[in-house]
Amino acid sequence: MSFIQTLKQSVGLSTDGLTKRKTVTFGDTTAVGNGRFWSIISVITLSMAWYLGSALELVNPIFWPAPSAVWDQFINISQDGYRNFTLWEHVWASLYRILVGFALGCLIGIPLGFAMGLSEIIRGWFDPIVEFFRPIPPLAFIPLVIIWSGIGERSKILLLFFAALWIMVIAARAGVGSVKLSKIHAAYSLGATKRQILMHVILPNSLPEIFTGMRVAMGICWGTVVAAELVAAESGIGFMIMAASKFLATDIVILGVIVVGVIGYAIDILMRKLEDKLIPWKGKA
Amino acid sequence: MSDLVVNDVSMVFDTPSGEQVHALENVSFSLKQGELLSILGPSGCGKSTLLNIIAGFLAPTDGTVELASTEIHGPGSDRGMVFQQGALFEWLSVAENIGFGLTMKGTPKDEIKKTVDHLLETVGLHDFGEKAIYELSGGMQQRVALARCLANDPDVILMDEPLGALDALTREKMQGLVLKLWKETGKTIILITHSVEEALFLGERLFVMAPRPGRIKKEYSLPFAEAGVTKDPRDVKADPDFGAKREEILNMIWEMEEEIMGQAEE
Ligand SMILES: Nc1ncnc2c1ncn2[C@@H]1O[C@H](COP(=O)(O)OP(=O)(O)O)[C@@H](O)[C@H]1O
Ligand SMILES: [Mg+2]
Repeated sequence: MSFIQTLKQSVGLSTDGLTKRKTVTFGDTTAVGNGRFWSIISVITLSMAWYLGSALELVNPIFWPAPSAVWDQFINISQDGYRNFTLWEHVWASLYRILVGFALGCLIGIPLGFAMGLSEIIRGWFDPIVEFFRPIPPLAFIPLVIIWSGIGERSKILLLFFAALWIMVIAARAGVGSVKLSKIHAAYSLGATKRQILMHVILPNSLPEIFTGMRVAMGICWGTVVAAELVAAESGIGFMIMAASKFLATDIVILGVIVVGVIGYAIDILMRKLEDKLIPWKGKA
Repeated sequence: MSDLVVNDVSMVFDTPSGEQVHALENVSFSLKQGELLSILGPSGCGKSTLLNIIAGFLAPTDGTVELASTEIHGPGSDRGMVFQQGALFEWLSVAENIGFGLTMKGTPKDEIKKTVDHLLETVGLHDFGEKAIYELSGGMQQRVALARCLANDPDVILMDEPLGALDALTREKMQGLVLKLWKETGKTIILITHSVEEALFLGERLFVMAPRPGRIKKEYSLPFAEAGVTKDPRDVKADPDFGAKREEILNMIWEMEEEIMGQAEE
């Protein structure tokens, strides 16, 4: 393959042989490439616009600081910290809250969702509760949570637990519902007990739904923790943004926003990779 | 001997609208160990219901089913099932699927491996043990389903349209495999199918069922399965007697379908 072709392919500009011969491409989504080349152009253009805008002093740095200022803050806060904590400590504070709240949500939510999928009584009992709490944005509970347990770690973890719980309940319930009757019948005919059917058929069969739920829950939790820290906290990436805004330190605010975006993206990528590894059969049955 | 006796079985479903569906009415027959029975009939005539009653997933409203003189009250590993498709466990490898029943029983690992290796060979899938289910073609998946069922060494194998989702060529090959397994293992087999040809070719005995109420309309004893074990399937199917029976049964089913259509129009 020639160098040019390799280059074209690596930036997603090469059209495959089949697509080249297609007479109709509009509406044929398989003929739409990933457009990575244009993504690169897009990122470069936006970065240039930011850089030039600041260099030419088109915008007041109070509203939109120069990239160099944000970069300086990145180095600065990574090393010396901001409000008692370095950037990584702030990030870790937020991540830690998510991990604990999310884990608790899974720990309670998955068994509850399973029970709801398998028992009419439990489904009946919990349906109104789940349906009531599910549409309420977790942030609406911040005032209540603060009244209950102040602005410390506990209140944030409680909030995140709440955010993850309903998503995991519904995901697990859907997972149980997705099991084909013929699989259950096959397992019984192979001599499996009820317990074995739960552990060796229903549970693995529901993993794709549970994992999708986990991904959604992780995204919601990340958004919720940052927002909760904006309201009340002593550490965390959201707290850092809020504290900086009070002093019009816009460069720190922007830095915080970028970090939030990058980490949120990284979490999702990580979950996808994990999914490919743990549930290779998903969507292929 | 593990004979299967279906004794005056009836099944009435109460539908939510208050109607009653007579899915089966006074169905009786018995199968000696090692017999191969195929069941044909228009859809809705109670074939799956009958199989589910024998498997123990449904309790009949009337009558009993006995295997080896013991009445059946629920599913058990003495009756293996093979479904049309989608009943394999995607999260397990081919070998793990085949060994599932033995694993659940707590059989020692090396013993499971021996059985599984032997069965992989038997169904023509050696070297496929470590593959994932979704990597296999439909025909191969049904081979795994057969092997998984055999691993448990059941007395009876119940198949509900096991080859229904396969293309014609794969289907012919699989019919050969079913005959081979039947001869080699001496299992009692009940096979439901939509294909008249398949029912004639595989059934030592053949029931044609009729709907509303679901019942056995006609029974045949056939020589073709026995012949198919040694002779070329093509030759067996080209036999004039085979063709005559096929026409007869097709006509019978055709008439039933017409009747159903007529009733629906009223
Ligand atoms: N759970 C059920 N409730 C009500 N009616 C049913 C149920 N299962 C099957 N039937 C009815 O019983 C009849 C026989 O069904 P089935 O055994 O599935 O037929 P087949 O497998 O021969 O196509 C059909 O009329 C079907 O509508
Ligand atoms: Mg059926």
